[in-house]
Amino acid sequence: MATNRHLRRRIKSIGNTAKITRAMQMVASSKMRRAQQAALAGRPYALLMSRVLGEVTADNIEFTHPLMEPREVRKRGVVLVTSDKGLCGALNSNLLREAAKLDPQRTRFVAVGRKGSQFVARTRRQLAAEFNYSDTPRFAEARALCQYVQDMFLKEEVDAVDVLFTRFINTLSQIPMLQPLLPVTTIKDIRAGVAHETVSEEVKAGGLEFLFEPNAGEVFGALLPHYLNFLVFQVLSEARASEQSARMVAMKNATENAQQLIKDLTLDYNKMRQASITNELLEITTAQLALG
Amino acid sequence: MAGTLKLEIVTPEAVTFSDDVEMVTLPGSEGEMGIYPMHVPLMTQVVAGELIVRQHGREFMLAIGDGFVQITGNHVAVLTDMAIRAENIDAAKAEEARRRAEARLQEKLSGEELAAVNAALANSLAQLKVTRRRR
Repeated sequence: MATNRHLRRRIKSIGNTAKITRAMQMVASSKMRRAQQAALAGRPYALLMSRVLGEVTADNIEFTHPLMEPREVRKRGVVLVTSDKGLCGALNSNLLREAAKLDPQRTRFVAVGRKGSQFVARTRRQLAAEFNYSDTPRFAEARALCQYVQDMFLKEEVDAVDVLFTRFINTLSQIPMLQPLLPVTTIKDIRAGVAHETVSEEVKAGGLEFLFEPNAGEVFGALLPHYLNFLVFQVLSEARASEQSARMVAMKNATENAQQLIKDLTLDYNKMRQASITNELLEITTAQLALG
Repeated sequence: MAGTLKLEIVTPEAVTFSDDVEMVTLPGSEGEMGIYPMHVPLMTQVVAGELIVRQHGREFMLAIGDGFVQITGNHVAVLTDMAIRAENIDAAKAEEARRRAEARLQEKLSGEELAAVNAALANSLAQLKVTRRRR
């Protein structure tokens, strides 16, 4: 049975927890705003670039680049983008549930973020490499990651590369998404996952043939790596925005729960206090009656 | 002249420009090129420099960085890492950025850093060039 003192102590300790979660909510919400801005700002660029690439490759069959050649997929590389820290609700578990569905024999993981590498180690899957990314992802980080993945693909260690990350929808919802990255031809219709923008009418109708200046090889040689780098960068930004949003919401819920709990406990505490006062009064009056 | 071009200039930070224009002059990697409506489909690279837009009979300039251009008939899509309208360029800041980049070039740099510094230098030079043109 809970005593008065016991209850008082619990109320105090829950109050302290609420203070901490409130502080974490504040931190997350300021980081969230920045991360969301970065993620949203990059979308038009990513979208336009995939549209351009999609249109250009549609009819340009005579030219291929090593990064564009599809192979029979025996080994699949998966870039797993998670957060470094927990306390962000179901974000990572939702993402890792998707990761768990992939065939462990045929999948090599490239973990980005600590939670991902812990998952891969825990479930004894194949880990090819580990990468970090900062709170506001930098282009150089994306480039390093992308370089590694490209090398892996070109050396035929893997035959296709996908990215598994949490796509940012809005502050309240983020969904895990598996997006193909390599070979590039597989991206053509994905349009960076954003609402399917139709290929412009003329391209669909006419089957345009593009001229390349100076030549196709040089343009693709520059465009493809840049495209991949930016796509990876965008993925990192989205993942960060999702993480901070999820954390903000989780911490907000935690603070609200704590306050509700304090309210309930305070009610119990007051009831108990009143009961003990009534009891004491009863004792006094009965004593007085007995004395007559 | 009949027809207009839909010009879109997009950078990683924002959509800088998206409107119908009459003509665009681009700093292509093989030299300057002017694009009129009904241009043949073309895909090319651009280098840091000045992009001239003619809209409603008047011309204005933007400083742009490295990037790519896709032209389909009457649609021009410019993907670049920098795009600033001439009137928004801060000449003093660009000058300072140029000096900083040149100072960095004196140091020993790895290949990747060197490329980044060179790109920054080209971007600030493009901005300066555009401001000089305006005067």
